[in-house]
Amino acid sequence: MSGGVDSAVAAARAVDAGHDVTGVHLALARNPQAYRSGARGCCTLEDARDARRAADVIGIPYYVWDLADEFHAGVVADFVAEYAAGRTPNPCLRCNEKIKFAAVLDRALALGFEAVVTGHHARLEPAGRLRRSVDLAKDQSYVLGVLTATQLRHSLFPLGGSTKAEVRAEAARRGLAVAEKPDSHDICFIADGDTQAFLRRRLGDAPGDIVDGDGTVLGRHAGAYGYTVGQRRGLRLDRPAPDGRPRYVLSITPVSNTVTVGPAAALDVSTVYGDRPVWTAPDAVDCEVQLRAHGPTVPAEVRVTAGALTARLHRPARGVAAGQAIVAYQPDPAGDLVLGSATITATAG
Amino acid sequence: MAYLDHAATTPMLAEALDAYVAAAREVGNASSLHAPGRRARRLVEESRERVAAALGARPSEVIFTGGGTESDNLAIKGMFWARRAADPRRTRVVASAVEHHAVLDAVQWLADHEGAEMTWLPVDGFGRVDIAALEAALDEYGDEVALVTTMWANNEVGTLQPVTGVARLAAERGIPYHTDAIQAVGQVPVDFAALGCAALTVTGHKLGGPVGVGALLLGREVACMPLLHGGGQERDVRSGTLDVPGIVAFAAAVEISTKGQPEYAARVAALRDELVDRVRAAVPDAIYNGDRDDRLPGNAHFSFPGCQGDALLLLLDVAGIACSTGSACSAGVAQPSHVVLAMGADEARARSTLRFTLGHTSTAAELDELVAALPGAVERARRAGAIKSARS
Ligand SMILES: Cc1ncc(COP(=O)(O)O)c(C=O)c1O
Repeated sequence: MSGGVDSAVAAARAVDAGHDVTGVHLALARNPQAYRSGARGCCTLEDARDARRAADVIGIPYYVWDLADEFHAGVVADFVAEYAAGRTPNPCLRCNEKIKFAAVLDRALALGFEAVVTGHHARLEPAGRLRRSVDLAKDQSYVLGVLTATQLRHSLFPLGGSTKAEVRAEAARRGLAVAEKPDSHDICFIADGDTQAFLRRRLGDAPGDIVDGDGTVLGRHAGAYGYTVGQRRGLRLDRPAPDGRPRYVLSITPVSNTVTVGPAAALDVSTVYGDRPVWTAPDAVDCEVQLRAHGPTVPAEVRVTAGALTARLHRPARGVAAGQAIVAYQPDPAGDLVLGSATITATAG
Repeated sequence: MAYLDHAATTPMLAEALDAYVAAAREVGNASSLHAPGRRARRLVEESRERVAAALGARPSEVIFTGGGTESDNLAIKGMFWARRAADPRRTRVVASAVEHHAVLDAVQWLADHEGAEMTWLPVDGFGRVDIAALEAALDEYGDEVALVTTMWANNEVGTLQPVTGVARLAAERGIPYHTDAIQAVGQVPVDFAALGCAALTVTGHKLGGPVGVGALLLGREVACMPLLHGGGQERDVRSGTLDVPGIVAFAAAVEISTKGQPEYAARVAALRDELVDRVRAAVPDAIYNGDRDDRLPGNAHFSFPGCQGDALLLLLDVAGIACSTGSACSAGVAQPSHVVLAMGADEARARSTLRFTLGHTSTAAELDELVAALPGAVERARRAGAIKSARS
């Protein structure tokens, strides 16, 4: 229970469904001071209090679990290391994979609980199949695609059949004070929302060149980790491109500490490679793939072999960054079905 | 339902509750000069006399406060300020490492904001203050010491402290000594005059009185600056309209619990010993912390190797058993017990503790409930603990 509206309503619905529910708030900040000062994000004292209050109203026990070390190692350090390696991580996905449905779930199972209930917007069928939420704008199946069949067997997502508006209305009806609390959009461990400054504090200045496809130096950067594939703004190039068109980040090469830029058309990729696939479908399928959180889907043929995934896109996609997840869906009027996912390692034009 | 957390707060005694309700029906500010005011004042002064008589103090030495935390803060900050004002060299506070946060944090605040120097006294493996270390500190710092503060009995592990020895060492040097006797009153004999300390803290809700009312016993000659300024109701050391019903109920509880202390202690200690034996039989590798004999009658404190105390607490809570771990920060995150750490334990052991405390309503049936649930809870908590240590 983060202290937000979704987990509060999810807990209440789990109680209504007849489960014996205990509310758990995760303490994820290593330095307890961050609880007092972190005005935003999910780790504030106020959030802990909101979660406790929601548990009181629902009538369930409430405990704080200290997973600060696990969170630091599995999510924060990973986030920094991924950027340092020129990739673009998704920390919410990593948190699901390493914390909520791993550290928390393992502890819960050992303590005699049967499942972890969360307020994620996604539908989970009793058979363990994951589908998009009915609220497509709030759908979170993308960040749950990493979950294995075993993890899903011990998960409950009671909100997938409701829109966010319905969830808020229900929270108000249930007398939960968090009904009107704004959604959190920021990365919870970056309290001021300034990812660049956060990375600079940890990775330091590492100036290098910004080059074009021929290797011509167009400008300098203060650290390649500050760039994401597809990024256009903030490049501050010394020279305009010959065609006068905007330039985009095409790739980041940590070895040479260079950021390569080029025209928009050069961002197009038609093949996406991934590793560590979590896969529930046949080894070769035609489906839709989503390449970043809240991104569009594109039709593709996906092949999965031991430890690797290859997606040949039927239509080129733009701004595909290594480190993000590729999640495969089978379109379905009853909610697109998640077939599996992998971490993007490379792309080809 | 088994309530095994009397050291956190214990149910109000029926007499105290009745006294509270009766006084709460009346109107009257104890500072008013009219008849209702005089009636309220009379209730307060009778209560003051009862508290004084029960604790070996003079009525004028009883200062009613809003509870233990306020009394501790008043004694420590007020005496520090007064001593420093009289002699600017006196800026050192000598305190034990196992104090309650109401003392620890008040001392730390003086260090952070008032330039106080601190000496934290070490404790032995039972959590008992090292008297030799106190003597050495007083010899070394002599004139610099503003005050000494050590508790009468530890709230976590229940160890009784060598308060007589501390009081003698402090008195020999003319240094004021404050003791937090919150856990001791009603549990062991407490006599303010016989101890010869400057100030003593007592609170209502640990001895069958209401929460939010307590007293500081403050020797007549002891200088203490106020924390709260205003009407000066309590000897000009404490301001605020007096809580007449709270004070009346508090006094009733102090009187009853100290009068009945010998029988209470015998009965509860026997039950506690039974609890200890049964817990050890149920969980053979449980470590019993603190001194076997020299401890509060209602206190039993264990480490359960391989378990996290907060996991055990959750599982026992679900089974209808209320007990406590060390302490949690304001966000509710379990912290390793500073008391158990000061006793020389490693962090794992300091996180694996559970405190069961008995009181005036405790029954053997509650022990049955505990030992029925405990082995299963320990087994599960151990499985969860194994995951935690495998990952980190
Ligand atoms: C030893 C000790 N000191 C101080 C306190 C604080 O007293 P109160 O709760 O009355 O503020 C307590 C209890 O919580 C205690 O056990």
